[in-house]
Amino acid sequence: MKPTLSKELNRRSFLKLSTLASGGLALAYYLKSATSLEGQVSKLTESTDENSFKPSAFVHIAHDGTVTLASARPEIGQGIKTSLPMIIAEELGVKWTDVKVISVPLDPIFGGQAAGGSTSTPTSYMHLRRVGATARTLLIQAAAASWSVPVTECYVKDGSVVHKPTGKSLSYGALVQAAAKLPVPDEHSVVLKDPSEFTLLGSRIGGVDNQKVVTGQPLFGIDQVIPGMLYAVYVKCPVWGGKVVSANLDVVKSQPGVRDAFIINETVPYHNNPVLGLVPGVAILADSTWNAFSARKQLQVVWDEGKFANDSWSGYSEAAKQMATTGKGLKKVRDSGNVDQAFQTAAKVIEADYHFAFIGHTNLEPQNTTAHFTGNKIHLWSPTQNPGDVQASVAEALDIEPENVSIVMTRIGGGFGRRLHPDPCMEAAVIAKKCGQPIKLTWSREDDFQHDHFRPGGFHHFKAGLDAKGKLIAFADKVMGFDAASGADNYPARFIDNCRIEAGKIPNNVPTGPWRAPGSNTYGFVICSFLDELAHAGGRDPVEFSLEILGTKDVLPGTGPRSAPYNAARMRGVIKLAAEKAGWGKTLPKGQGMGLGYYFSHQGYVAEVAEVTVTKEGELKVTRVVAAVDVGSQIVNLSGAENQVQGAIIDGLNSSWRQELDIQNGRLVQSNFHEYQMLRMPDTIRDIEIHFSKTKYPPTGLGEPALPPLAPAVANAIFAATGKRIRQLPFSHTDLRWS
Amino acid sequence: MSTYNLKINGEKKSVTVASDTPLLWVLRDTLGLVGTKFGCGIGQCGACTIHLNGIAVRGCQTPVSSAVGFDITTIEGLDKEGKHPLQQAWCELDVAQCGYCQSGQIMTASALLKRNPKPTDQDIDDAMAGNLCRCATYTRIRAGIHKAAELTAGKEAGV
Ligand code: FES
Ligand code: FES
Repeated sequence: MKPTLSKELNRRSFLKLSTLASGGLALAYYLKSATSLEGQVSKLTESTDENSFKPSAFVHIAHDGTVTLASARPEIGQGIKTSLPMIIAEELGVKWTDVKVISVPLDPIFGGQAAGGSTSTPTSYMHLRRVGATARTLLIQAAAASWSVPVTECYVKDGSVVHKPTGKSLSYGALVQAAAKLPVPDEHSVVLKDPSEFTLLGSRIGGVDNQKVVTGQPLFGIDQVIPGMLYAVYVKCPVWGGKVVSANLDVVKSQPGVRDAFIINETVPYHNNPVLGLVPGVAILADSTWNAFSARKQLQVVWDEGKFANDSWSGYSEAAKQMATTGKGLKKVRDSGNVDQAFQTAAKVIEADYHFAFIGHTNLEPQNTTAHFTGNKIHLWSPTQNPGDVQASVAEALDIEPENVSIVMTRIGGGFGRRLHPDPCMEAAVIAKKCGQPIKLTWSREDDFQHDHFRPGGFHHFKAGLDAKGKLIAFADKVMGFDAASGADNYPARFIDNCRIEAGKIPNNVPTGPWRAPGSNTYGFVICSFLDELAHAGGRDPVEFSLEILGTKDVLPGTGPRSAPYNAARMRGVIKLAAEKAGWGKTLPKGQGMGLGYYFSHQGYVAEVAEVTVTKEGELKVTRVVAAVDVGSQIVNLSGAENQVQGAIIDGLNSSWRQELDIQNGRLVQSNFHEYQMLRMPDTIRDIEIHFSKTKYPPTGLGEPALPPLAPAVANAIFAATGKRIRQLPFSHTDLRWS
Repeated sequence: MSTYNLKINGEKKSVTVASDTPLLWVLRDTLGLVGTKFGCGIGQCGACTIHLNGIAVRGCQTPVSSAVGFDITTIEGLDKEGKHPLQQAWCELDVAQCGYCQSGQIMTASALLKRNPKPTDQDIDDAMAGNLCRCATYTRIRAGIHKAAELTAGKEAGV
C-alpha cells in the first residue's frame, strides 16, 4: 500500500496563489502566531514590519536584513526542516548562518504539506529554487534601479547585491523597502543558478534544531502543554474492529486525579476502512498522564469482539497455502509471453516459498495529539506526517467544516509512515469535543503496539525457469497478502518475456498501513533473495546474473498510470559501483560472505553489498555494507543524506533480523519492547560506506530507497558464508549453524 | 498524594503527587521538564534516562519517593550553557534524526564518560545497549561519544 498524501497544489499555480493570498503579510502572520502556538520558533521583532519584503509565503526579509524561511512540511527526522530551506537559501544568495528557519502550520498557501513516500524533495526542489530565485531577482531589480544601472551588471553575494563594474553593494536589508514595491515576476521567467555555482547545496549542514534537541527543548507533539489541559488515554478493543458493550466507569472515575471517563462507540473510517480511523473505546481524563495511566489499570470493559476474534497468524499462513495450491482467490495481474511453454523448454525449473512476518512502526515517540475544541472550531497540535488528511478526517469525525480544523505540526519522534494516518488526531478531537476542555491524548507503548497500522506480512510462491546457460527465461509469482493486490510491474516482470504474477488477499481485519518503503521493503527481500537462488542454481555469479536480467535497454515504461518507468541503466550503474567498491568476487573463508541486494523504490536506485560473518554456532554479525545510491543530479544536504542512508541500512537490518509480530485470538501477542527485539548499539553495522552516484536526473528523496536492498544483501551474504538459504523474515527463524 | 522535596538540576523543588508516580512523569507533567522522554514505561528504551548522583537511571522506573535526597540531573541541567562536550559533538556531527531518543542517549553517554573518559567501541556497546534509537543513528552516536571524549581530553590538556 502506497502512502496516501493529500492533494498537492499544482506547482504552477502555487506561487501565484501564495503571493496573492499572502498579500505580503502571510509569513508575518505565521511568525506571530507560531511563536505563541508552538513555543519553538524564534521571536522576530520585525515580523510585522510593514516595510519588510515578502515575495512569497516562504520568504521574509526584514528591514535589518534578517532572512526567515518557512519550512512547511513536518520534520520526522528526515532532515527536511533544514534541507528544504537550504534550497531557497541557495538561490536567494544568502549565507546559511544568516538564515532563520521556522515551522508553519497547515495552510493552503504553502501547497502540499505532507511528509511521506520520499516525495518532499522531488516535489519541492524546483519550486523552492524558483521561490529563492524570484526573491533574488526582485532584490537585484531594486538595487539596479537605485543605482540606475542595468540588472545584468549586478549579482548577489552573501545577502547583498553587488554592482560588478564599480564594486558598490547594497545589503538585502537596505533593499527590502524598494523590492517590496516591485511586481512579483512569473516564477518561470526567473533565471535559476547554474548548479555548478552551488555553494550551499551538497555541503554538510547540521539540523537547524540540533541545539534544541540536545538540550531537551519542547519540540515534540508529546511535549505540548496548553493551560487548563487534561491528560487523556483512550482504551480500544484489543481485537481490531471490536466495540464497547459496557465499562466500569464509576470505578474509574473514583480513581485519584480522574476528572472524567466516557465511552465513545462511534466508528469513522479512514480510506473507507473502519479499522484505520476512529474506532470505539473508553476515554479517561485525569490531571496527569500518570494518574490517567494508573486509573486505566482499574478499567474493566466488556467488549463485543466481533467476528474476527479467532483470527491468527497460523490461520493466515494456512489460508495462504491453500490459495497457492488451489489458485482460489488469486487474480492474474500479469501474464506476458507464454509462461507454461517456457517452463517446459527450460533446462532447470526452480520453485521456492518465501514469507515475512508482520512488523510494527514503533516510533519512539508514542502517538499523541493535543486538542482544544471551542465554539465550532478545533485546534490540534500533532506529530502528524499528513496534516491534510488530518484536517479532512477530523472534520468528518466532528461533523464540522475542514476550515474549522487548524493544525500545528510539531516535530515528530519518528514517522516511518505510521503518522500518515490520522487516527490519533481523530480520537483526540472527539475526546476534546466531548469533554469540553483542552486535552492531550497520549498512547501508552502498549497501545502503540496493539493499535499500530502494521507493515503487513505476506507469502510468495515463486517458480522460475533457466535455460542451459543459466539465463532466466520464465518467471511466475503467486502473492498472498493482507492489503492491496501486488503490482503488475514488480521487478523483474518488465525484463522477462515470459512472466506471470497472480495476487490475492487473505481475508483479515488487521489494520495495515505504509511502513518505510511500503511494498518494496518486503518485495525487495523476496525477489533479490530468489534471484540469488537462481544465480547459484544456474552456476552464475549473482552480480553478473542480475546485470544480464537488467539487459541493455535504458528505460522501460510502466504498465498503467501508477507504475513508474524503470531506468535500467541507472540500476546497472549502482550495482556495478557497489560491487566494485565492495571488492565483489574476492575469496572469503567459510563463515564469511558477501551478498548483493538492489531495488528501485520511491524514485531512487540503490544497490548494497553486505559482508557478514557467521560463526559455526550460527551467530551472525554484519560487518560491512557498501551502498551505491542514485537519487539524481544533486544531493541537497550531504550530512542529512548520509544520515538517512546509514539509518535506512541499519533499520533494514533492524526490521529483518529479529522483529516479528504474532497474531492470536484476533489480537496482537506482543505488547512492548521486551517482547519485540529492536536492534541496539552492539548489533549495529560498524562499517557503512556510502557512494552517491550523480546522474543527470532530477533530485529525488532519500527517506526510503536505501532500506529495501539491505535485507536481501544480508540474506544472500549469509548464504555465501554458510550455504543456508533464508526464505523468511525475520532471519532469526533460520538456523544458521554450520560445520 | 504526598509532598516530596527534590533537588533537580541544582534547584530545590517541592511536588505533591501520588507516591508511586515515576520521576519521569513528575519531571514532564508536574515540573514541565519535558526533555526527559517517555518511550516505553518499562525500562526497555532508555528515552527517560536521567542521573541520580551522576549515575544513569531510568526515570520511568524510579518512583518519586525513592529520588528524595539525591542530586537529580536531567538533560536540561546537564550543562548550564547546553555546551557539554557531548552536546557539542552531537551538533557538530549532526547526530540526530528525529531526535526523540537523543536526550536519553546523551544522559547515558555522559554517565559513561564520567567513569570512563576514553571509552572503546566495546565500552560504548556495553554502556549504550539500553538506549534504543528507532531512527538508527547508532553510527553517529558512537562517533559522537568518541568526539566528546576527544573534546574533553583536549580541554584538559589545554588545547
Ligand atoms: S520510557 Fe523509561 S526506559 Fe523507556
Ligand atoms: S533519532 Fe529518532 S529515535 Fe533516535
